[in-house]
Amino acid sequence: MENIASIFVKSIFVDNMIFAYFLGMCSYLAVSKKVSTSLGLGVAVVFVLGITLPVNYLLQNYVLKEGALAWLGDSFKDLDLSYLSFILFIAVIAAIVQLVEMIVEKFSPSLYASLGIFLPLIAVNCAIMGGSLFMQQRQFANIGEATSYALGSGVGWLLAIVGLAAIREKMEYSDVPAPLKGLGITFITVALMGIAFMSFSGLKIG
Amino acid sequence: MSKLISDKTKQVFLGPLSKNNPITVQVLGICSALAVTAKLMPALVMGISVTIIVAFSNVIISLLRNTIPNRIRIIVQLVVVAALVTIVSEILKAFAYDVSVQLSVYIGLIITNCILMGRLEAFAMGNKPWESFIDGLGNGFGYAWILVVVAFFRELLGSGSILGFKIIPKSFYDAGYSNNGLMILPPMALILVACIIWVHRSRNKELQEK
Repeated sequence: MENIASIFVKSIFVDNMIFAYFLGMCSYLAVSKKVSTSLGLGVAVVFVLGITLPVNYLLQNYVLKEGALAWLGDSFKDLDLSYLSFILFIAVIAAIVQLVEMIVEKFSPSLYASLGIFLPLIAVNCAIMGGSLFMQQRQFANIGEATSYALGSGVGWLLAIVGLAAIREKMEYSDVPAPLKGLGITFITVALMGIAFMSFSGLKIG
Repeated sequence: MSKLISDKTKQVFLGPLSKNNPITVQVLGICSALAVTAKLMPALVMGISVTIIVAFSNVIISLLRNTIPNRIRIIVQLVVVAALVTIVSEILKAFAYDVSVQLSVYIGLIITNCILMGRLEAFAMGNKPWESFIDGLGNGFGYAWILVVVAFFRELLGSGSILGFKIIPKSFYDAGYSNNGLMILPPMALILVACIIWVHRSRNKELQEK
């Protein structure tokens, strides 16, 4: 249980998706102009990561990993399908995003109205795919740890995008050199936020 | 030959190198661009891999463009890209294992690299294979040169070397020079890209945002 909590906190602050690995940068920069929309996208990312990562964890451990197919019988014991992982992971992500979109549309039109436009974007968000690939690399002990990693990374991404959006809303009123306006100053802001977030890296958790 | 490279094709190739650069103007593919640029070698490999994958996935999607049903086109595109990325990743593992370890998950993340989806959606779905190929090459090179410039400065200032060879002489260190450790850290990549954008936009006034 402690382990799960420490993975959660660590993935929010120390291994932050944006500031430590630059994952999901494209939509991070494009959708961070207003706090309310960025909050919507952030919640959608937490949601989709929390669903896709455990599914991909099961896939990795019961289908793809070397020897993972042993439950099918002895002849499958040495099979290593890990070269299929890119295709399978992205297919799972795309399918789940589509499914989530349809379910949300059917059962909660109000949630769909606020989340809906972001869901298709999320299938190609690097943070989702990156979460699954990091999961493959880190070999979590059980599905609980993988889920807490997924939720932690999602919350970390949410914090980062809402923070940036808040800063950008204020920055509207400042006098930025013309060539740096828009994209340039946003990059510098993200860099400074990243340096600030690095102060968490010495944190000893668990 | 003159038929093969018409004026329009030339424009398609040269545009992404500067005026329509995928990183500094279209803001696509930032994720991987920043993470692999601490050293020059991985940045070069990444640039080449992305160029190859964009060019060929553009061709494949362009060939298929009239047969893909509109509703599932994203999934079709993802599968084509994922297959190409798997091939590149296996080749890298076989012939350049060290680099592929350094690049770790970022090779896999080419799949979700926005340059690919962006070019497939915006260009390959509506153009002929040969032009799509050129467009892919142009965007790949446009992406690669930014990566190489950023990685060049980060490796030079951060580790005092280029491609692993020591460039800054010993006498400099004796005289009190030291490597700038901040350059190795991730945030510096962002600041360097911001500087490139700054220079680029002060030379091309029409790109400036209001």
